[in-house]
Amino acid sequence: MAGMAGRMSTVIKSKISKLLDKAEDPGETLDYSYQKQLESLQNVKKGIADVVTAKKRLGMQAQKLEQSVVKLDTQARQAVAQGNEELARTALERKQFAQTELQSLDQQVAELQSQQDKLTESEKRLRTKIESFRTKKEVIKAQYSAAEAQVRISEAATGVGEEMADVGLAMQRAVDKTEDMRARASAVEELEAAGTFEDLTQLGSGQDDIDRELAALGTGGMVDDELAKMKAELGQGSAPPAAELESGEEKP
Amino acid sequence: MIVRIMGEGQYRLADDVRERVNELDNAVVTAVDGDDEDAFHAAFEEMLDVIRKQGEHLGDEEIETSDVIVPPADTSMAEATAEFSGDGLIPD
Repeated sequence: MAGMAGRMSTVIKSKISKLLDKAEDPGETLDYSYQKQLESLQNVKKGIADVVTAKKRLGMQAQKLEQSVVKLDTQARQAVAQGNEELARTALERKQFAQTELQSLDQQVAELQSQQDKLTESEKRLRTKIESFRTKKEVIKAQYSAAEAQVRISEAATGVGEEMADVGLAMQRAVDKTEDMRARASAVEELEAAGTFEDLTQLGSGQDDIDRELAALGTGGMVDDELAKMKAELGQGSAPPAAELESGEEKP
Repeated sequence: MIVRIMGEGQYRLADDVRERVNELDNAVVTAVDGDDEDAFHAAFEEMLDVIRKQGEHLGDEEIETSDVIVPPADTSMAEATAEFSGDGLIPD
């Protein structure tokens, strides 16, 4: 079978042969293989724990983003109430951006959850196979000549090695995904840490890198809609700005 | 023939099923070569479906080496292009 399936088989088989090459003495192969299998199982457990930790961390980053969305919405409302449309627009643009990131983060955390579930299943399968290998190893030791035992144990070790390679690849994919997400979430955090989410009065002071980035996102239409809605809710249209809120630094 | 779907376990396939899987595997490669994402997903998902439904699932305690290993179900077109294009090394 050529193509994807054939190629994948080749990749996995080369991984397994590297794994098995380390055992040279036929007499040692059995116990060595079993020992290696137990070690791999420990690594799988550790890998799953890492995925769980990373997922929690991403969940916390998502919570922070949620708070930013709420805060920016409040700030936009205040700006509308003060009649500072430009400030409101900037806050809403940032809110849109944070919201888009939040949605993608939520979705990715959900994907990570499903990968974690699969990994847990795979770990269980590997554990069962290793246990089965242990039983088989004793039978082979007792019943076969050295040469024949070598052939049989090599077959069995390859079978378990394949299961390990499978879990290993799944783990690698989960880790890669986690790292992508972490980088993305950190980028958003950096935007926030730039201070501009904190102090709205700074927003009016002209175009910075973030403003240009936001403009490039083309959220303008959505921002216009939301701004109009906010104005309507606050009873503004042609009405003058509400005076009861303490006036911040007004935009010229 | 024994087939492993990465992340899902192993299946034993009868000869006629093997033929069908082989056809679909070739269709996947054609789709990847032609950069046709829809065709890739259609062929790949059908291939997995045939293996799961028409193959016999091996128990976890059985230790067998697979003749063929199929990439995980969530393999994207980009991953397939990067890693699995070309002829493969096992002859038809």
